[in-house]
Amino acid sequence: MAWDWQVFCRNTTEGTIEPGCWAKGGDITYLEWMVHAWGWTLSVAVCAWVVAVVVGALVGTARTLPNSPWLVRLANAWVELFRNIPILVQLFIWYFVVPKLFPLFQQVPGFLLVVFALGFFTSARIAEQVRAGVQALPRGQRYAGMAMGFTTAQTYRYVILPMAFRIILPPLTSESMNLLKNSSVAFAVSIAELTMFAMQAQEETSRGIEVYLAVTALYALSAFTVNRVFAFIEKKVQIPGFIVAGGTGGH
Amino acid sequence: MDLSFFSWELISKYVLNGFYFSVQLTVVATLGGILFGTLLALMRLSGTPLLAIPATVYVNGMRSIPLVMVILWFFLLVPILIGRPVGAEYSANITFVAFEAAYFSEIMRAGIQSIPRGQVYAGQALGMTYGQNMRLVVLPQAFRNMLPVLLTQTIILFQDTSLVYAIGAYDLLKGFVTAGKIYGRPEEAYLFAAVIYFVICMGLSYLVKRLQAKIAIIR
Repeated sequence: MAWDWQVFCRNTTEGTIEPGCWAKGGDITYLEWMVHAWGWTLSVAVCAWVVAVVVGALVGTARTLPNSPWLVRLANAWVELFRNIPILVQLFIWYFVVPKLFPLFQQVPGFLLVVFALGFFTSARIAEQVRAGVQALPRGQRYAGMAMGFTTAQTYRYVILPMAFRIILPPLTSESMNLLKNSSVAFAVSIAELTMFAMQAQEETSRGIEVYLAVTALYALSAFTVNRVFAFIEKKVQIPGFIVAGGTGGH
Repeated sequence: MDLSFFSWELISKYVLNGFYFSVQLTVVATLGGILFGTLLALMRLSGTPLLAIPATVYVNGMRSIPLVMVILWFFLLVPILIGRPVGAEYSANITFVAFEAAYFSEIMRAGIQSIPRGQVYAGQALGMTYGQNMRLVVLPQAFRNMLPVLLTQTIILFQDTSLVYAIGAYDLLKGFVTAGKIYGRPEEAYLFAAVIYFVICMGLSYLVKRLQAKIAIIR
């Protein structure tokens, strides 16, 4: 089997090879299409990540609150609900069912519905990590906050959460990489992201192996970048003598 | 919202076939994944670069690409490799064993590493070969320690089987989607699918929790 990397320089409408792999006028080449698709993948992943971290931090914190049993139950229910339904089913519900049940959502673009689906799905996992991170702290930390006269909110804001987030950085790294990989399910609702591109370009050009190799490389590259960014953050926010990078030691 | 169209006929005609396939895929992928995953873990821990490096590359490679892409890859490659066209269901089985092996191998690696060194030395002191030591001393304990994690991975795996949607295999989700289309009630079908997945996964994780409490080794 011979390679045909020129497939990426092909014009998507004419099928002719474009010099410089970049078409002029209204046309695009497969390379341009793939770059756009990569942009969609990254946009979906980044927006969903913001939703996931904000909601996950709130829900995860709620699960550890003292003296609010109903809030704890509600947060636990949130986690169980979003963790026990496959992402693809959740995506279909956001995309097809929610706009039917709540007419308000009919104005919401499909991109945002995918962001909600991925964001809430991941928020349940992050909430679980945040809870574990908070509970991993010695009880004395909370008592110290109380002894200083902090309110519960202040204790969380100044004592518990800064430490808990440092503890959960490694699992948060892999969950963020998972989110990036999970964004591939957006193909099912026709978001023009990398997987969608891979399926369509494979069909149109019959050069599946080249197309898949390129797309796979972009996914791996993106995941690796996420990994490096988090490693950098982990190093930056490290407190000497408290949580040693690599998960050993600490106190 | 009208749920009156749900009938036993709909379930037995469209959903059950898909359910059987999802369960079959989960069972095959779990057993195959644990088998090959354990082999990969042993390769990585063998200390021989010739075995450890390929296993590491395989595991990290599989874990850095989306499952949907792996499903598409195998759907493209399996017919080329075995020289004849195969169905989506057949391809899905191979894909899931290959993909889950990477994840199970990480669990088994942690399990094997959780066994105190003294256990291995004790085996060696009794004159056991490497194979005997692994089979009789290390792996049984590693499996026992990791059983809850292995089962949790199986629940995730069951959820992931819905991604065979990408190649059109007829699984539980596809069963609901098809039924929804035929009866003209797609929204209700999606909701019903969510409820079924939720009940199954929730029930299984409850069982895993019970098991975990039961088999925990008191140290």
